Amino acid sequence: MAEYIKKGTWVEIHRIVLAGGQRAPQVPVETQQVPLEMRVKGFLAQRASLGDEVEIVTSAGRRLRGMLTDVNPAYTHNFGSPVPELLMIGREVRTILGETGGGG
Amino acid sequence: MTAVLSYEAILADRDAIMRASVGIDYQHYVTGVLAFDYERLLADTGYDIPRTQAVQSRTGVGNTPLIELHHITSLVRSLAAPGKGARIFVKDEAANPSGSFKDRRASLSVHEAKRRGYEGVVAATSGNYGAAVASQAAKAGMRCIVVQEAFDSQGIAQPEIAEKTRACEAYGAEVIRLSVGPELFYMFLCVLKETGFFNASLYTPYSILGIETLGYELVGQVQEQTGCYPDLVIATHAGGGNVTGTARGLHKAGAIGTKVVAASVDLAGLHMASDRDFNRKSFTTGHTGFSMPFTTWPDRADVPRNAARPLRYIDRFVTVTQGEVFYMTQVLAELEGLERGPAGNTSLAAAFSMAQGLDADQIVVIQETEYTGAGKHPIAQLNLAKQMGVEVRRGDPRENKPGQRIVIPEHPSQIAVLDVDLDHVRSSYVRHALQSTHAEQPLSEIDLDFLAAETRSSRNYVEEIANEWHRTTG
Ligand SMILES: Cc1ncc(COP(=O)(O)O)c(C=O)c1O
Repeated sequence: MAEYIKKGTWVEIHRIVLAGGQRAPQVPVETQQVPLEMRVKGFLAQRASLGDEVEIVTSAGRRLRGMLTDVNPAYTHNFGSPVPELLMIGREVRTILGETGGGG
Repeated sequence: MTAVLSYEAILADRDAIMRASVGIDYQHYVTGVLAFDYERLLADTGYDIPRTQAVQSRTGVGNTPLIELHHITSLVRSLAAPGKGARIFVKDEAANPSGSFKDRRASLSVHEAKRRGYEGVVAATSGNYGAAVASQAAKAGMRCIVVQEAFDSQGIAQPEIAEKTRACEAYGAEVIRLSVGPELFYMFLCVLKETGFFNASLYTPYSILGIETLGYELVGQVQEQTGCYPDLVIATHAGGGNVTGTARGLHKAGAIGTKVVAASVDLAGLHMASDRDFNRKSFTTGHTGFSMPFTTWPDRADVPRNAARPLRYIDRFVTVTQGEVFYMTQVLAELEGLERGPAGNTSLAAAFSMAQGLDADQIVVIQETEYTGAGKHPIAQLNLAKQMGVEVRRGDPRENKPGQRIVIPEHPSQIAVLDVDLDHVRSSYVRHALQSTHAEQPLSEIDLDFLAAETRSSRNYVEEIANEWHRTTG
């Protein structure tokens, strides 16, 4: 009972461009062993389900094919937690300059 | 892609694809076996400073503020010998429309693409330049495709590149995200061939001439604020365009005596094509992984002749560590109220060290900043580093080891540039040039003069290296 994703939905597709073992000769072994992968976002050209081979229309108007892997993909990059190794730097340099750490 | 062409077929077609997509007949400028007329290649574009300024001002590019870093200068003087500690200024290039000096490069490229009647532009870049091209293309009403190296085989995206993906998509560009590897160039050629779009390479004459205004402007601003020419201008250095364009602009503004310094983050030991090292670099540009190969052989670029030729312009080439740059990024935020970087602060770390050796009435200019934000920030990079098993600690920055250990200085007096031996870089360049000639084509006088100009050396110097090279390879 596949859930259909509607035509025109903003999605991401995935494709293997070069298989592992078929990489450019100059790449180091750890890269040689893994495939060259591609991910591109666009509007779904036909209704489909996750995992289907589909066509998308990209922002530049190109039609690309690949496996449907994500729907309305999130931007998940962030800052994360403050880094303790950076937290004291400001106080330290202000102390060197002879100022107090707090307000003013 | 409608038709998927084989890797070999596309690479074999490389020259024709390039010719069609940059609209420059590079063959026309060849003057010897190795030599080409660099100045004419640039001059024939017709972009002098006033014309470039006219194009750039139409999209709000350039005329960024020059800000004196009074507190950082005080910190420098607290560490320097009496009478030492130069005044430090920074040109706030983050004020450009897409947040970096790359808008200057993109503006001429996109303007030229439009003028020549291309429908769209393509750029191979994982950095600020992608957002710059996408922003300029949006303004010009052109289509835009950016090809990025974005994630490793575990699917982990480099956070700074993820932020560039978002920015490019925000400007309406198509972003092709690839896993790690130099075959990105193959995909790039496929896209150029399929679309017939303009190759908005970082290395065309347009992309370099666009930066001349940066050097030109800063001379005027330094004169206005101090009445002097800058003594030292420091540029964060990767592919070489930044330092080349800036230095050319300085010369055009008459700053003949100003010394030009290229500064890179030391990433020695990490391989640029390694799937494993990809997310252990903590920097996506301004590092030696680009600057060493591009300075010793610029013509490895995505155009037949690279218009970025750093050895013609740099007086000193220095490196700083990852930890030193992160430290100074924090200092810039907390002492000067400027949250910028990270990569652009490479030249800040170098300036902090070098200003200590200059007199108090001398002037150092950090020639650019870049915007910061989610992913594109020391906190994001250090959290990723820890996740990848890289140790992060305070200590002596000399113990920093790229890929294994990021050492954040414990005291500002520990920040110190290391000089790259320029003589070594020059001879490496000449050997690369000789290798590129394949057969035993004898070099003409023109070639020898060309190599001397490329390396700012003499014909004798070039001949000595050439003789040595022939002895050891012949
Ligand atoms: C903010 C910033 N500074 C410096 C550089 C280095 O410029 P170039 O590659 O022209 O040497 C880049 C390029 O990636 C950049 O984005």
